[in-house]
Amino acid sequence: MLNVGKIEEGFVLDHIQAGKSLSIYYQLGLDKLDNTVAIIKNARSGKTGKKDILKVEVDIDTLNLDVLAFIDHNITVNVIKDGEIVEKRSLVLPKEIRDIIHCHNPRCITSVEQGLPHIFYLADEEKEIYRCRYCDQKYRKRDGEKL
Amino acid sequence: MKELRHLMTPLDFDTDELDRLFDKAGEIERHPRDFVHACDGRILATCFYEPSTRTRLSFETAMLRLGGKVIGFADASSSSASKGESVADTIRVISCFADICAMRHPKEGAAMVAAAKSEIPVINAGDGGHEHPTQTLTDLLTIRSLHGSLSGFTIGLCGDLMFGRTVHSLIHALVRYSGIRFVFISPPELKVPDYITEMLTARGIPYEEVIRLDDVIPDLDLLYMTRVQRERFFNEEDYVRLKDFYILDKEKLSRAKKDMHVLHPLPRVNEIAVDVDDDPRAAYFPQVQYGLFVRMALIMTLLDLTEDHMNHGLLKW
Repeated sequence: MLNVGKIEEGFVLDHIQAGKSLSIYYQLGLDKLDNTVAIIKNARSGKTGKKDILKVEVDIDTLNLDVLAFIDHNITVNVIKDGEIVEKRSLVLPKEIRDIIHCHNPRCITSVEQGLPHIFYLADEEKEIYRCRYCDQKYRKRDGEKL
Repeated sequence: MKELRHLMTPLDFDTDELDRLFDKAGEIERHPRDFVHACDGRILATCFYEPSTRTRLSFETAMLRLGGKVIGFADASSSSASKGESVADTIRVISCFADICAMRHPKEGAAMVAAAKSEIPVINAGDGGHEHPTQTLTDLLTIRSLHGSLSGFTIGLCGDLMFGRTVHSLIHALVRYSGIRFVFISPPELKVPDYITEMLTARGIPYEEVIRLDDVIPDLDLLYMTRVQRERFFNEEDYVRLKDFYILDKEKLSRAKKDMHVLHPLPRVNEIAVDVDDDPRAAYFPQVQYGLFVRMALIMTLLDLTEDHMNHGLLKW
């Protein structure tokens, strides 16, 4: 079994759906960091058989992790200090997401206007419904498009 | 410097702001001569990427009645859009020419894109099937003027309640007022969407859904008619069977209250019989007039033209 060492300061994203770690890596902007990042794919998981893990050696508060809740509720966030887990952070659906999903309404201005960010706002937290900022087209997370 | 104000949806103005807007429209209605120079030296650009007769002419008339001037285009083929220019670029250019812009575009959200890049106020004059806020302002002003108040009445909305954007916007605008009861009159295929009835339930606002106008017309203080289009039905038989339920004629109207008002966003096809036009309760042509007053008031409001500005003319040029 492959062994990836502990991190001293930073955070670990555990229980990422197998195969999703790389897209999360880019969505969190980890590719732009100068810090150590370990991407572990297809690790063994008691619950789901396989999972991905991201270990990031950077202060968690320098990143906006809200988008994780949108991508996958099951991801757990462990904050690490001095090599130990000091906090398990819960995820809250972000009020707004930008360029994570795209509006598929052919009547939406985003279908013709170049260079527009695809922005969705949280319209109903309980039902996890987002709507396109431009045309109000509904996007229900659980029916979701592949991210 | 004051923040630039746009109108994208009817909910962009809170009820106090709407009251002030409607008060201004009322002043214009009563004393139109006081406003003939209100927009002297100002230019309205009407950027209409798809044809529209009433809305465009209403905006243009509003500006002309205020003493301003109008530039613009009436369809996309006569604009730079035909050369592939983006909405964002077009509005940047228009911002250099005009003081305010009314934009109609077939794509939903186009006016919002324009507003984000604009240096002048942008009015959404209709973005596809999404929003048409000045129609809603027109409806509200008509109700306030004819009924005397925007609260405490039963309003029937009749026809295509599923696809009719004017109906949805009006409901969203009316739920901010108190004591309103909704009666939705439509064929089952064209019922008001669930998210609207769920919203009404959540807010504790009373409503009922019926199939026949005849059954409820005596209870209504206001009746808002819309078109029922043949192509919205699953089959021709249903259309033929149901269409007469949604046609208002003299006979149905005879059962309505004497002070009920009939509204319609127009254009009408056959859902209101022509013989209803002469009835004093027919309010759909006065509604067009209120649409002009409210657009005049809106232009003044977005240009921030107070009495003082009108007298001393704080012009860009």
